[in-house]
Amino acid sequence: MLATHGDSAKIIAGGQSLVPMMAMRLVRPAWLVDINEISTLKFVKIEENAARIGACTRQSAVERDDALAARVPLLRQALAWVGHAQTRNRGTVGGSLAHADPSAELPLAAQLLGAKMMLRSAKGTRALAAEKFFSGPMSTSARPDECLEEIHWPVWSEKRTGSAFTEIAIRHGDFAMVAAAAQVALDGDGRCTRAAFGLGGAGGTPLAFPKIAARLVGAKLDDGAIQSAASDAAKECDPGADLHATKEYRRHLARVLVARALTEACENAKRQ
Amino acid sequence: MSETLHKVTVEVNGKRREAQVPARLSLVDWLRDELRLTGTHVGCEHGICGACSVMLDDEPVRSCLMYTVQANGHRVTTVEGLANHDRSMSVLQDAFCETHGLQCGYCTPGMLIAAQGLLNANPNPTEEEIRDAIGGNLCRCTGYQQIVEAVELAAKRMREAK
Repeated sequence: MLATHGDSAKIIAGGQSLVPMMAMRLVRPAWLVDINEISTLKFVKIEENAARIGACTRQSAVERDDALAARVPLLRQALAWVGHAQTRNRGTVGGSLAHADPSAELPLAAQLLGAKMMLRSAKGTRALAAEKFFSGPMSTSARPDECLEEIHWPVWSEKRTGSAFTEIAIRHGDFAMVAAAAQVALDGDGRCTRAAFGLGGAGGTPLAFPKIAARLVGAKLDDGAIQSAASDAAKECDPGADLHATKEYRRHLARVLVARALTEACENAKRQ
Repeated sequence: MSETLHKVTVEVNGKRREAQVPARLSLVDWLRDELRLTGTHVGCEHGICGACSVMLDDEPVRSCLMYTVQANGHRVTTVEGLANHDRSMSVLQDAFCETHGLQCGYCTPGMLIAAQGLLNANPNPTEEEIRDAIGGNLCRCTGYQQIVEAVELAAKRMREAK
């Protein structure tokens, strides 16, 4: 279907973003390809280095999965901010990623963890890293004939790993004005051995800051180190302005929220 | 766009319903206009207000964000399906009456579905969990406090009845 109809066809999974956009006539696909009844696209498989999630797995199923929450805790933390119970019962993990809203929660989690998108077309499959996958606001590098089939979420093997997700939105469940997430691993002395963090709603795609995060490695993540990373990230991002928030306010939120996410991630790591 | 009709079989409130529907007919329009189950309300028609909430295979979803063809082979429960078999009101519905959990009533069917979904999964919810469960349902009379009280009362009575 996708190969035949190209851009005039659109895959529908949970429809929690696509159907509102169709209702508002923002998109008018001539063809909808419904993947909801493809049971092989709904699974969670935990392997040593990655958790594999089928693209059409409901967000609520991922949220409830305790084994998954133990290996990729950021997913449950991110999902707590995604829409409402009714939308998570229908909304899918792959759908949210393929929709690629720059202020959405799952794309941010995928970007900072470096999740891998497995894309499939009639011609074959290929893997695309999150940073290559998200190409702009609501757009991805998936070709019109490709379907996101599954997502590989890296599992950090470090024992003392902690993560956190936080955001500011007008109402809980709305898209974030700015969202921040972080994951850190600590050694026995509380020194950081690995760090990743990112921002949503602060640019055209979700943002990760691998260079700034790399500077945290080897340090004790005290307030000074965290505040300096947060303000570097806030300087580097280029948020837009809209009715709800100015560019300056978003940049302010970016700094405050990155600091909060890193602090909470450290606290969670220390508890492990 | 073709006007091809698609055959669907959906179990609605325990009854098997068959129909021929266009692919883009939303589930809520089918329930209201074809089956005349007008308890489910249409509010925003783009998934914000929650008035159209129904249970799909026992989990609350928004029926304005689903096409009828997508319900083929599934079970749907609308607010009409919450009442007892003798048509008396359910514990939750009674609790809404008692605590004045509704004013104009427009959001009520969605609130009932959302709250029933919560109580099915969690018989002993905290106030925070109740507020979270109805967080996707807008009440423009802003009667949220009494709605929360209704759910608390229903949860208490359902636990006591066990």
